[in-house]
This record gives sequence, structure tokens and C-alpha cells, in this order.
Amino acid sequence: MELRKDYFADVRKDGLNEIGQPRPRLDSPGHVTGKTAYFADRNFPGMLHLKMVRSPHHHARIRSIDTSEAEKHPGVVRVLTAKNVPHNVYTILILIQVGPEDETVLADGKVRWKGEAVVAVLAETQRAAQEAVAKVKVDYEVLPAVFDIEQALKPGAPLVNEYHGQNYYLYDSGECRKVRFGDVEAGFAEADHILEQSYQSSPIEHAPTETTGCVVVPEGNERFTCYTNTQAMFFTLDNTSIILQMPGSKLHFVGGTVGGGFGGKVDVIVEPIAILGAKLTGRPVSFVYSREEEMQISSPRAAEKVVIKDGVMRDGRIVARKVTGYTDAGAYSRHSPYGAQKGAAHYPGPYTIPNVWIDTYCVYTNRTPSSAMRGFGVTIGDFALEVQMDKLARLIGMDPLEFRFINAYRDGDMKAHRQPTEGAALIECMQEASRVANWPVAEKYMAMSSYRKGA
Amino acid sequence: MAIRRGRGVAAINYPTGMNLGGDPTQALVHSTPTGNFMVTLSSVDLGQGMKQIMAQICAETIGVPTDRVVVDTADTDTGPHCMGTFASRGTHRAGNAVIQAAKEARQVMLEVAAEELEVNASDLETDGQGNIQVKGAPQKSISIFDVALSAHFKRGRSISGRGMFLIPRSYPEKETGAMKPSTCYAHACTVAEVEVDDETGEVTVLTVKNVFEIGRALNPKMVEQQLVGGSWMGISHALYETTEPYYPNRDHGGTDFNQYLMPGLGDLAETETIVLERPSADGPFGAKGPGEMCANPQIPAVANAVFDAVGVRIDTLPITPERILRALKAQAAG
Repeated sequence: MELRKDYFADVRKDGLNEIGQPRPRLDSPGHVTGKTAYFADRNFPGMLHLKMVRSPHHHARIRSIDTSEAEKHPGVVRVLTAKNVPHNVYTILILIQVGPEDETVLADGKVRWKGEAVVAVLAETQRAAQEAVAKVKVDYEVLPAVFDIEQALKPGAPLVNEYHGQNYYLYDSGECRKVRFGDVEAGFAEADHILEQSYQSSPIEHAPTETTGCVVVPEGNERFTCYTNTQAMFFTLDNTSIILQMPGSKLHFVGGTVGGGFGGKVDVIVEPIAILGAKLTGRPVSFVYSREEEMQISSPRAAEKVVIKDGVMRDGRIVARKVTGYTDAGAYSRHSPYGAQKGAAHYPGPYTIPNVWIDTYCVYTNRTPSSAMRGFGVTIGDFALEVQMDKLARLIGMDPLEFRFINAYRDGDMKAHRQPTEGAALIECMQEASRVANWPVAEKYMAMSSYRKGA
Repeated sequence: MAIRRGRGVAAINYPTGMNLGGDPTQALVHSTPTGNFMVTLSSVDLGQGMKQIMAQICAETIGVPTDRVVVDTADTDTGPHCMGTFASRGTHRAGNAVIQAAKEARQVMLEVAAEELEVNASDLETDGQGNIQVKGAPQKSISIFDVALSAHFKRGRSISGRGMFLIPRSYPEKETGAMKPSTCYAHACTVAEVEVDDETGEVTVLTVKNVFEIGRALNPKMVEQQLVGGSWMGISHALYETTEPYYPNRDHGGTDFNQYLMPGLGDLAETETIVLERPSADGPFGAKGPGEMCANPQIPAVANAVFDAVGVRIDTLPITPERILRALKAQAAG
């Protein structure tokens, strides 16, 4: 890695004692010698193991649940169903007033995705818990399911989630988050070329080294200590307090040393049910996802569809951009309404375009709920935007890098969401890329700056 | 049939912190009797090095070496509130909270030193090595060790500070979408060079040249580890990864690392990393959040390079050999 200190030297104070110094990490020796303690390194006498009975169907009504055989299985201590969960219907973003509550801790009357948790089994060993899971009998009436964003939005599509009432998240702005800037139709009318293209992605797994999990200990003072690898301590504690209808003062969360997150550990899934198990049995409880659960049960990055329509001039200026983004949330909201909204704020990318129209939808389907992942709301959008930029450049016969200089945002430029650009550095990144990749561009682009002198 | 070469470029920006703000983080700093400093947080270190960076930020602010600072984090009984480690917010939000707490602690430390040295606190400075001295007269000095002992046992002072950072929440205007999503943005430009085997559809990423602008590289070695890892993840997203290879079909999902494809060490591209620093107005020492954005530009850069190599557009991720071969077949069929 090289630091190019010549850029922006006029606005930066170098020569500090500790900042800017490549100090060795104090936690590295522990990590590389296996001495760092993670949550799962804690083992307590009498600790129970929690395993889930999961839905084999994408969408089904639950006629009945019979746990009698599982309860008799040797080593099983307790079996939990929806009726044991004090506040079973929840949504995590309720903490920042983003509702409605739309997800069950344990399925109640219905399952909406293949893999949904239905019954929790607590046993002396992992093996006993796993064997007992196979003995729980659930009678399902299979319902029609919908897997595709477009199908889900069609009239007459199976309703995925009754708590929403339609297969999309209803924002205060309506069926999508909107950004309107300038007059996009007038922009298209004046453009030399129009290009409309559609981009698609599939769900992606965070694949952390350490799978999601927690270990809970009931303390003598009626409090519960939860050793967890959550990415957000109080966010998880506060949601747990709501789900278990338990004062936050009864909860003590310990964590902060995590083997990779990438956004996969900001859902609140394992902690509430494990703490409930500890409360109802009076024993320590461990609930740790297997690798298979991490890959197919924990939330992935959403599949997204992005449709971009651009109006471009022969001289390289983009004069209008319309983006319609769809986030496949799966069966429940989790963080997806936030992610789709973040996309609306991100488009039309780091370019100054006078006429912009953005609609971003959060769509429900009968698949594993998606949620946050590194680059949430932006990563797939950037794929779409930057492939589109390449296509536009070739359409008008211009070098793709030079084309980006023409449209790059600079300090003071008004963004589509009506904030003036501050601290831009796209131009300088492209200038340096031009040098390092030996991709020459015209001198006038190498002379550009993100600063607007006197602006 | 041939191996064809191509290159592609992509340029991006990325917001720092929770979209639309409203995401608080607090910090507490105090000295031990022998002049080490504790930073207490509830922020989570995901392996990226949060604890180390908070130690360096505290050390710089107080004026001591980093090894004099211990970070105690993520115990909800002792650590003050942090919204969490996500949205490239850890360094930016917690870093600002630590600076505020450390400044308050430093002020008390200087006041105690001033009493011991019989000067005004405003005339003192730290030497960065563990001592406090009079500006312009460094021979008149006292160690922070002695200052802490004095504070604890003689002066009855608590060398401590409280820090809080909160960007007020923005609410998008319903009809226009007018809003303030973020206060600062990181930037990147990537050029990727690939080889595509037009017989097998296999893509080999030969080189990636990543230029990142991240506000301030607080610890350049740690910045490098994050940027190189992110670049690898971007390439992995572009060419390999999905839990549902035939989306929207639910079948064929991987359940372990044998089935879920990711590039191995032998698939790593030659990676060049260049960092620019335009300090942000509200970042700790100008830092922005590079954690997420560093994995984004490789995806379109690789997609554009594939087109440059074989003349077909794969607009669906991941860009698998199957998709390339199908596109080549469709192209040949005219």
C-alpha cells in the first residue's frame, strides 16, 4: 500500500505522534496464537444446547404441533413454542420507530420461508437436541409461495406477510422511497441518446469465520448474562427486553470480540430465545448456528434488481437519470426497509446530474429474510451504476474513464437529495488510477480538481 | 477458442455512518493511579481492529504513547451506549466520542500537572512520551505517572472524561426525498484486468489497482489489511458468491465452504492499493469509514473488464462461467 500524501496536503495536518503511525495491533498476538477468548470459549456446568425445528416449506399454515415425543427424548429438558414467548411478534427497527412488527420469534400459525424457526428444543447435549428436533411433529397445510420480486408485486400474488398487508414496505412516501430532482422527462427529451438497462443480483452470504451465537448464564441475582457476538450490544439488549418483556436492568450483555460480522450479526435472532430458555430452565444455554444455518438460515445480502434509464449527450454529459431499485427482503423486514432507503439516498452515484428520479422498493417474498451486509443498499447499486457508465461511454464512443471525469461530482454541486457536495475526491481517485493503471486520459482531466476555487 | 484479455474501470463513493444519522456512541476515559488510561465503550470489534484504533485516538488526544492506553469494550454493565458496529460507523462515531472524552481527561491532567509545577495549565504541553512540560522550557517537566499519583492520592482529582457523538437524525421529505443521509463520503476508483477463457467461460483476475480516498489513514497498516481484504471480497462477489445460484429458484444453495464458492489463495489477483487522504470536516482526525466501500468498486470493474475481453455483458451477479458461455453462445447465434 502506498499513501499519496501530495493530494490534499493543503488541508491535512501530518506529523502526529500516534495517528498515522502503523502501530502493531495489541490484539493480534492473541488472535494468531488462539488465545483470544470468543463467546463460545465459555463453558458452564449444566449448560444446555438449543436447536431449532425449522420449516421445510416456503409458505404454509401450521395446523398443529406435537412435541410430546421430543419431550420424552433422553436428555431433553424443555421444548418451547410460540406461546412461551412473551412478545412473539417483533421487528428490530422498532427501536428507531420503523414498524410494523412483522416477524415471529417462533412461528405462530404460519411459516413464511423455508427454514423459519418453529420450535426450540433445549437438551443436555447437542446430539440429544438434534435428535429431539427430528421427533417434533408439525402438521402443515402448504400454501402458494412467491419467490420473485416482479411476481410478488403483481396483483393477485400470494400475500407473504399479513402484518404488511401487501408485498412491499409502505413508506411515509408510499410504496417506495422517492427522490425527485429537476425534470427527468425534460432531460430525456433533450438527450442525444437514451439507454435503459436492467441489473440483477442473487443473495450473498457474509461467511464470517465465527458463526452467529450466544451463551447465556442465569445469575443468582435474577439477572442474565449473555455472552454474544452481536455487532450491536445495546440494540440487541433493548430488542431482547421488548421480546421477553423483561426490564433491561435484568440483562447483561458481554461481547465485543467477534470473528467477523460483515453485517450478518445485527439481526437479533439467537439472544432472545436463548435467554428465554435460560429463564425457563434456570440453566446456562448455548445457541450457536451451524455452518449450514449460517449459510441458509441467517440473513443474506438481499437479491436486488436495479433498472437504470439514462439520457446522455454526445459531448458526454448525463442529463437525466431514472433509477428503480428493488430489494428482495424475503419474508420479513429486519433491516431491509432501511437498506432500500439507503439506496435512494445513494443514487444517482457520485455524479452531478441535473434531472433525477429515484424509486426504491423493499419487496417481500417467501425466502430467507435478507438484511444488512457490507455495503448495504449500495454495493449492488454501484455494480449497476458503474456497468451502466461503461455502456454509456461506449454508446457515445468515449473513453470510459474520461466519461466519468465529465460527470464527476465536485465540491458545491447539488446532489439529487438536495445536499451540496462537500469533501469530494472522486476526481483525484480517478487521476491516480489513470497514473497507476497506465490508462491515460486527456490533460484537461488530469488538471481538474474536486475543489471549486472561490465557490 | 482463446484466452482473451480485457480491463475495466469503476469509480464510486460511499457514505460514512448510519444512513440519515440518529446513531449515538458514547465513550468514557479515566486514568489509573499510575497514569495509564482506560477507554470504556460498548462498541464491538469485529476483527477489524476497533480496539487498537480507539487506543491510538485516545493516546494522540491525551498525548501519551498508545501502549499506555487500554480499551475495555462491549460490556453493557460498564460500557456507555454505542449503536453498534455497522454502516462504516465505528471509527467515525466512536472515534469522535473518544476524542471528546480524552480531551476532558487531558484538561484535568494538565490542571493537576500545573499545580505540581506551579504554572498555568495553559502553559503546558505533552511530549508524547509520557511527560508534561512547560512550553518553551522542556526542562521543567513532570511525568504523567507522577501526575496521576498526585491526582489520586494528593489532589483528590479524577483524571477522566465523558464523550458523546451524535449526528441528528434526518427525515426524508416525502415527495422530493430531500434529506441528509451522511456527513462525509469515502471514494474509490478501481481498474481491473482479467483473462477470460472463451471456451470454458472461466475468468481470471490478473490485477486490481485500487485507489481509495478515506479521509485519514489513522493506522496505515490496519487500513491496508482492511482495503486488501475488501478488494478480495469484491472480486469474490463479482465472480463467485451466492447462496442461491439459480435465483429466484431456491435450490442448489451451498451449506458449507465446499459448496459455497469463494476464491482461494491461488485465485488472488495481484493487488495494488493506493490511499489518498482528504480529511473530512467531522471525522476523528479527518477519518472517514472505508470498511464497506473498499469491497464495492471491484465488482463493476471486473464486469466491465469481462466485456472488454469477450464482448458480452453479464448484468446478473455473480458472473459465472455458465453465464459467460451462455452469453457467448447467444452472441454467436446473432
